[in-house]
Amino acid sequence: MKTLTDNWSTYWDGFLGTLLLFAVSAVMSLVLGVLIASFRVSPVKPLRVFGTAWVTLLRNTPLTLLFFIVVLGLPRFNITLPFYTFAVLALGCYTSAFVCEAMRSGVNTVPVGQGEAARSLGMTFGQTMGLVVLPQAYRSVVAPIGSVMIALAKNSAIAGSFSVTELLGTYRTINELGYSIIWTFVWIAVGYLIITLAISAVFNLLERRLAVSR
Amino acid sequence: MTVESSALYDIPGPKALARHRLYGMIALALIAALIGWIVYMLFHTHQFTYQKWMPFEYRGVQDLLLRGLGNTLRAFGWTVLFALPFGALFAAGRLSDHRVVRWFATLVVEFFQAMPVLVMIFFVFVALKVQPLWALVAGLVLYNGSVLAEVFRAGVLAVPKGQREAAFALGMRKTQVMTYVLVPQASRAMLPAIISQLVVALKDTSLGFLITYEEFLHAGKLIATNLDYDLPFIPVVIVIAPIYIGMCLLLSWLARWVERRSRRSPSVRGGAPVAKAGVAMGLPPSAQQ
Repeated sequence: MKTLTDNWSTYWDGFLGTLLLFAVSAVMSLVLGVLIASFRVSPVKPLRVFGTAWVTLLRNTPLTLLFFIVVLGLPRFNITLPFYTFAVLALGCYTSAFVCEAMRSGVNTVPVGQGEAARSLGMTFGQTMGLVVLPQAYRSVVAPIGSVMIALAKNSAIAGSFSVTELLGTYRTINELGYSIIWTFVWIAVGYLIITLAISAVFNLLERRLAVSR
Repeated sequence: MTVESSALYDIPGPKALARHRLYGMIALALIAALIGWIVYMLFHTHQFTYQKWMPFEYRGVQDLLLRGLGNTLRAFGWTVLFALPFGALFAAGRLSDHRVVRWFATLVVEFFQAMPVLVMIFFVFVALKVQPLWALVAGLVLYNGSVLAEVFRAGVLAVPKGQREAAFALGMRKTQVMTYVLVPQASRAMLPAIISQLVVALKDTSLGFLITYEEFLHAGKLIATNLDYDLPFIPVVIVIAPIYIGMCLLLSWLARWVERRSRRSPSVRGGAPVAKAGVAMGLPPSAQQ
């Protein structure tokens, strides 16, 4: 307990750092993921190929390698941004591939007849999507996206090793002050549990809200 | 490849086709511009000078890279070797008839899934002062084993109820039902998901880089930070990334191939549905209830 109370500000900074990193990269990955998903289901072939290549490559790239490339490689192209932005970029791009797949399989669960029926009623493309297809797709997307978001929060721990303030990285500071290393990690673990459990609670709530008896 | 989700739009007519072709041209031009910019930047920042590529001619550097690759594969091998039994054990625990065993297995599996792998690796490495290789393997086994336990469990539960009931009706004991009837069918149906999870394990061996395990990425970094070769960072990435991604892609394709094969196979007909292959982040969809 002393480990926690004595180093409260270090832990708190790390906790907030992880939360912020998670929130920013979550937004980025969701936006990018939806964009790439729309590429992958679009009738335009080059976009489809681009989306498929993006997803295939990123899903099979180790995140550490991606961090390595983004954090240490982009500066060689004379692109210098703060480490934090690099970390968000790496996490966001990586996660977008998984968000894209979740979205795409969600849209694919909507029966073809739904779209056909909407169009025979004279609905435009926007109406078909907004009123018929997407509301049904949302429901089957919530659970997989939740699982991806939890994984994103956990993956953000890698950023700590690339000079970004976050929860796991706090162990170095606290360790140097000579506190029990086991307890240091116990409190770090508690911090991550709080974050992952909170995310899963939010998504459970969303799922229940959107659930419809069929 | 035809467009899969035709819920989105009708089969395009001549006008729509012409429009799509126009969009296609624009998209193609943008993608070409992006690739062109990258190639331009590569040349502009002098990435293809002899000095930067020189290290790859040296025997020592080649050996360093090969040793790194070997270490990556060794960590992966040990992970697979331990994670599969770990997963099987805890899946059996979660399906146990005894409440205490069930609770314990659930607790372990849920905890290690909620924890970042890196926290476990660092904990074993820093707090328990274990060698990097075993710290890495321990972390990966705990995480991937827990995910595999969920995959196995989902597989056993997905075997149609009649199979289990029929086996019990034949007078088999619960262990026999499990080993002779449920597990063979479940493992066949779950094989694509299991291989896909192994891709995750292979990818995560690169976390060893962060605890100074001398794996592939670590070897790359040693070369990339060498001033004698003018910091050949981009050349190192150009060499390393395709090998890493290639290994993972191979394994992913194996998973897809197994999936397609088992879908066609008559011996899974009427049994548990074949899991979809596909590298997941977090719990694979096939293991979610």
